[in-house]
Amino acid sequence: MSIAVEAHKCVGCGLCTEVCPGNLLQLREGKAQIREVRDCWGCTACVKECPRQAICYYLAADLGGSGGRLYADSNEVEIKWQMHWPDGSSDEIVTARQEANKY
Amino acid sequence: MEVLLADKANIRRSGCLAAGVNALNAYITPGHTPKDYADYAKEDAAGIVREDLLLTMSEGLNEVTAKLEKLGLVIQKNPDGSYAARGWRNIKINGENIKPLMAAAVAQQPHVRVLNHLNMVDYIVDEGRVTGAWGLDLHREEIVIIAARAVICATGGAAGLYQPNHPGTSRHKMWYSPFNTGAGYAMGLRAGAEMTTLEMRFIALRCKGTIAPTGTIAQGVGAPQVNARGEKYQDKYGNTTAERLWAVVQENKAGRGPCYLGTKGITPEQEAALERAYLNMAPAQTLFWRESGLNPRDYDVEIEGSEPYVVGGHTASGYWIGADRATTLPGLFAAGDVAGGCPQKYVTGSFVEGKLAAHGAAAFARQAVAAELQDEVKEKIVKQVGQFLEGTSANNYTVESLEEAMQQAMDEYAGGIRTHYGYSASSLKIARKHIERLTRLSENLRASDAYGLLKIFELRERLLVCRALIAHLAARQETRWHAFGEHLDFPERREEFKVFINSRLEDGDISIIRRPLQEGENKEAAV
Repeated sequence: MSIAVEAHKCVGCGLCTEVCPGNLLQLREGKAQIREVRDCWGCTACVKECPRQAICYYLAADLGGSGGRLYADSNEVEIKWQMHWPDGSSDEIVTARQEANKY
Repeated sequence: MEVLLADKANIRRSGCLAAGVNALNAYITPGHTPKDYADYAKEDAAGIVREDLLLTMSEGLNEVTAKLEKLGLVIQKNPDGSYAARGWRNIKINGENIKPLMAAAVAQQPHVRVLNHLNMVDYIVDEGRVTGAWGLDLHREEIVIIAARAVICATGGAAGLYQPNHPGTSRHKMWYSPFNTGAGYAMGLRAGAEMTTLEMRFIALRCKGTIAPTGTIAQGVGAPQVNARGEKYQDKYGNTTAERLWAVVQENKAGRGPCYLGTKGITPEQEAALERAYLNMAPAQTLFWRESGLNPRDYDVEIEGSEPYVVGGHTASGYWIGADRATTLPGLFAAGDVAGGCPQKYVTGSFVEGKLAAHGAAAFARQAVAAELQDEVKEKIVKQVGQFLEGTSANNYTVESLEEAMQQAMDEYAGGIRTHYGYSASSLKIARKHIERLTRLSENLRASDAYGLLKIFELRERLLVCRALIAHLAARQETRWHAFGEHLDFPERREEFKVFINSRLEDGDISIIRRPLQEGENKEAAV
């Protein structure tokens, strides 16, 4: 369970380093970097905060992961959750900010 | 009055609500009263509660909920405008952004200053009164010492004491925030505050692997617990929070596991609603369903118990406090996960306690003499931090290796997952020896930067919480709450333990105090 920073997309804005509840993200040579992937809680605060979708979230192999990546494209109205699969396909689920959980 | 708020991370996403929250689980729905809620919490905790605290908490639940809605929290409504209930004491929300909403509200307060990324380490105590606190600014890499007329402790509880469900790559995939390391309890113990009921551990019943919430499924689509044979078993074990977990443990031990929430056959609409609900608070579960193909419509959802935590928002663990949330130390107040005696307060109840503590602290501050920081206090703090920066760690031990050793000792000897949460007087003695040894070894750890210091301080506060927890577990010689406190030498409830087990750190040792269950004010008379 962790996040991965895709350095080629990272613009070094540092927003992720502000929101990580574990102070795990830091800027190194202008790019975000996680100190230790095993220490990530998986809250996805950084995934949602990143304006470039440069941070994805994945399930480690011990949690049943198979190579999928989860991104979040957030705006004031909704969060578009994009799941990219190893075969190149993808799924998207949109959660509206003004819609309460049904359950 | 000026208020300074220090947070280990950034209040926008710090603590256990970083990902969001799935529902407000403490709310008085129409037809019920605060007393009903207090009675429910008392029964769930088998009587070990402070009814006065429960009642004052319950009375404020709906007011803070209305305030949250005013701040922008989306709450589902019925056609008549009332809140849509999920059960008789909880309501449906979209809690993904609960932290950013509150952070924005704090920013509107002209007299509140926020210091983010400031990890508090200890209180400053002057002749028994708490007159401030000090910590490490993790971004500026400097020590910050604060003098205050009154201090409120509202840190999280303690995770990471026990070996987690996934000790390897996913060691931090846990129910409670792994960054809540028991600082509030440890600071209180070191300052001489009295603590209560640490032995009422909380162990979460969660979705297998992802450790995502089960209540959303159980209450949302009415999924019952079923074992591997498809049998519903809950009725055999009772239906308190602890018993729902204990049922799974027992079924697994009897060879009828794994256990599941019976979701097979839910509609596509129900499945889609579950997927969206989990994205708003535990995205791993939705990703898991999609990635594994084990979707809840075609497959039941496997469940498991987490490792134990100490967390006063769910159980009664924390500072021994009065109605105004004053601790036993003048000048120090407590609210939320570190405030004891008042279980099942969850998010809204913690907010109520925050308000009560704020009133208590403000009243204290108004009559208190301004605290002045003495030079020798500052020098002592600088020296204390400096000792962990000189040279290198001794004997090749690292923070990580000592933390793993601590978690293993707690798992094996103090009732972790490995022993189905059970422990005995003998095993607790072994646990205590290990924790004492690891505490000594932690003295010789060294760091090269502020983050390294943070890791050393976190380990040391966890070790102290472990010591206190072991003493509490040993002192309650009964099994009052299955799994939460499974004493194998005393597998039943015992009448003589209808008391509070309290403790204080005195001359380096945890001293146990038994206090009677009582309504009303905090009486000093020991049993």
